[in-house]
Amino acid sequence: MADPSPVVEADGITKRFGATVALSDARITVAPGESHALVGRNGAGKSTLVSILTGLQQADAGTLRFNGEPAPAPGDTDAWRSRVACVYQRSTVIPALTVAENLFLNRHGLNGQRTGLLRPVSWRRLRTRAAGLLAEYGVDVDPRLRAEQLTVEQRQFVEIARALSFGARFIILDEPTAKLDARGIELLFAKLRELQRQGVAFLFISHHLQEVYDLCTTVTVYRDARHILTAPVTELAHHALVEAMTGERSTATEPAWSAGGRATAAGAALLEVADLGLAGAYRSCSLTARAGEVVGLAGSAASGNVRLGETLAGLHRPHTGTVTVAGRAVRTGRVPAALAAGIGFVPEDRHLQGLVPQRSVAENATLTVTDQLGPYGTVLPSRTRAFAARMISDLDIKTPGPATPVAALSGGNQQKVVIARALATEPHVLVAVKPTNGVDIKSKESLLGTVRQVADAGRTALIVSDELDDLRVCDRVLAMFHGRIVAEFPAGWRDEQLVAAMEGVADPIEPKDRHDIH
Amino acid sequence: MTSTDLGRHPDTLAPATGGRRIDLARYRDLSLVPVLLVLGIIGFAVSPAFLTSDNLLGVGQQATELSLLVLAEALILIAGRMDLSLESTIGVAPVLAMWLVLPDHGGRFNGIGLFPTWTAIPLCLAIGALIGAVNGFLILKLRLNGFIVTLGALTLLRGLQVAVSQGQSIVNVPPSFRYLGSSSWLGAPAAIWICALLFLIGGCALGWLRHGRALYAIGGNAEAARAAGIRVDRIVWTVLILGGTLAAFAGILYTGHYGSISADQGNGWIFQVFAATVIGGVSLNGGRGTLFGALTGVLTLQLVVNVMTLAGVPPLWNQFLNGAIIILALIVSRFASGEKQE
Repeated sequence: MADPSPVVEADGITKRFGATVALSDARITVAPGESHALVGRNGAGKSTLVSILTGLQQADAGTLRFNGEPAPAPGDTDAWRSRVACVYQRSTVIPALTVAENLFLNRHGLNGQRTGLLRPVSWRRLRTRAAGLLAEYGVDVDPRLRAEQLTVEQRQFVEIARALSFGARFIILDEPTAKLDARGIELLFAKLRELQRQGVAFLFISHHLQEVYDLCTTVTVYRDARHILTAPVTELAHHALVEAMTGERSTATEPAWSAGGRATAAGAALLEVADLGLAGAYRSCSLTARAGEVVGLAGSAASGNVRLGETLAGLHRPHTGTVTVAGRAVRTGRVPAALAAGIGFVPEDRHLQGLVPQRSVAENATLTVTDQLGPYGTVLPSRTRAFAARMISDLDIKTPGPATPVAALSGGNQQKVVIARALATEPHVLVAVKPTNGVDIKSKESLLGTVRQVADAGRTALIVSDELDDLRVCDRVLAMFHGRIVAEFPAGWRDEQLVAAMEGVADPIEPKDRHDIH
Repeated sequence: MTSTDLGRHPDTLAPATGGRRIDLARYRDLSLVPVLLVLGIIGFAVSPAFLTSDNLLGVGQQATELSLLVLAEALILIAGRMDLSLESTIGVAPVLAMWLVLPDHGGRFNGIGLFPTWTAIPLCLAIGALIGAVNGFLILKLRLNGFIVTLGALTLLRGLQVAVSQGQSIVNVPPSFRYLGSSSWLGAPAAIWICALLFLIGGCALGWLRHGRALYAIGGNAEAARAAGIRVDRIVWTVLILGGTLAAFAGILYTGHYGSISADQGNGWIFQVFAATVIGGVSLNGGRGTLFGALTGVLTLQLVVNVMTLAGVPPLWNQFLNGAIIILALIVSRFASGEKQE
């Protein structure tokens, strides 16, 4: 590079949150005008790095330099903004305000200064300046429109223009394509290349590796809070990149609940999903799960796999397709119908959808079966206690007693209560969305062991997750990408195969797997 | 995203500390019982008239109408909703029932005489149920903000009552309407027996019926209740209808008690209703509280007024003391239960 000082140079960055190490001796260097990708799996430390680079958080150790100079003091927002701009995954424009006002929020005055307390806003001048700013970055948007009237990519352009208007020549894009369709992505990339020609440098964070190859020249991989490698993308093949993200895993330490080596039981089809589609989430998804089988439904955040799992539980009404459990059609879009048909459900977030925090363990565990706890619609405390006691011992829930409020339990034990609730109805099919979300390793083993037992007892389980550890328990794994099932792997898949499929860089489904996907 | 990592908390709360918290939480609903006892001792000290059956039954009878509104509001709050319009229902439901059954000539208040007189009570209850149903429709089907919807309903129904009754009291109420509020059974006013019975039924339903238990689940976490197969909207709607019906029934007792429907019947009660419910341990955020607690809340408010009256405090100070006791009771229940009130 001609310019010796990179726009950003971070070295030895370490950041801890309590006992969790979010970043350990991490580094990154972005040259002027470079488009640099940062990739890594969940928990790799990408978001922490972003918040440190943008001054939202301070590193515990390490040096951070912009254009060769030390980073500004924490809290000096204007100084940070003039060095680094950031477009977050979640939109930060205010929908009800005009584009012009969004661009100059809280700096309505001349020259980008804040106005005096009593100085009125000059709307005409504001619009003129907004138009000028948008033209400078080639954004074709009317500044008089309200932000909510824009398309998603137009809104992003406005955010980029606003971010750059503070004077920064370095911009961080945190998963900018997550909410865009193919056309929007194309427009965004065209805009980014154009800005790059003007000398703007990018740090591009994405879960879609193909985009990294399309847009970026250099890629940095983080894994488990550490820097793994930095290389030009042209020198890094797909499989090498995926390998760097997942790391090598020794097969000797395979956990006991893994499905590897298990004889595939060819039981009757318990769950049949045909041509299921939900607008804006997924389309024409078909799958079959047989008795004695654990099926994985892998996919990253935007793949639609979670919505598909929730649809099976009756939380969404699909627009197309049918769900059949044990040979009988299930009325979709109704939780009681799904429960009656024999679908047990472990929701994605136990705090939001799983538990009633201030109620007791017993009450939470029996929430789905209150009709079985006494005659004539009564709920007898003695039966509730007995039922809960059985669940507590079956699932090994660590609690002072059935009457303890569920909020007082540890995360892993709370999750066991959620599973208990799902299993209370003795379902044919257990649909578990991210069943080990936020639990410690020991609970994780026990939870996945429980799921395995469900299948071994002649029922079937569907694990919807993006965690490879969750999916290792499965007899086979279907990978979803952008709302479609794109690949199927029998047990014994390699990490990089599955991750590649989830990130959308997989080869098309091999013919020999096709017969399982209708 | 590292957010899943950062949100991962280490195991919180060892079982050892859990024991003490649970014990206190279990008795949270009884936190006003000592307050009631202290009030009783003060009452006994200030006046020999306090501990007579006449006085206590009088307090009880005065508490009945308020306590029915509190019963209704407690059910609605436990299910995680609010209904401000109860205080208007208590007045407008009897007035509309009178308007429907009273003859169109001859009295000071003329109705339209559409139904026979004996239907007054069923009509009154049906009107209460209808008000609850309409509130439920607006809140649950049109997804309007419950607070503002019922605030609007409060004003609208109050206005409807004033317009229909032409701002006057209705004194020629039919005998069936007077009976419940004015007669005595087994030496105590019938209204007290009825209220006690309704609280008992309500308490049992909340404790032992699955739809009663569902209210706690809905109020505590509606999404979780939905994911567990509870028909959330249907149950909440039922509770709102039940609430309106109870308020209309309170109107019947109140009318019977005083022999007439005053134009401002129930006006401003909603503050007392909320105060009694909340100091009785029912959470404004839903999912928490018992009917017994709510009942002690009503009795506390009523006893304070009674003791003050007996102590010779001028009635002009009543409102001030009512406000003071609400805040005091909140402080007591805050520290008795050891939980913050968000």
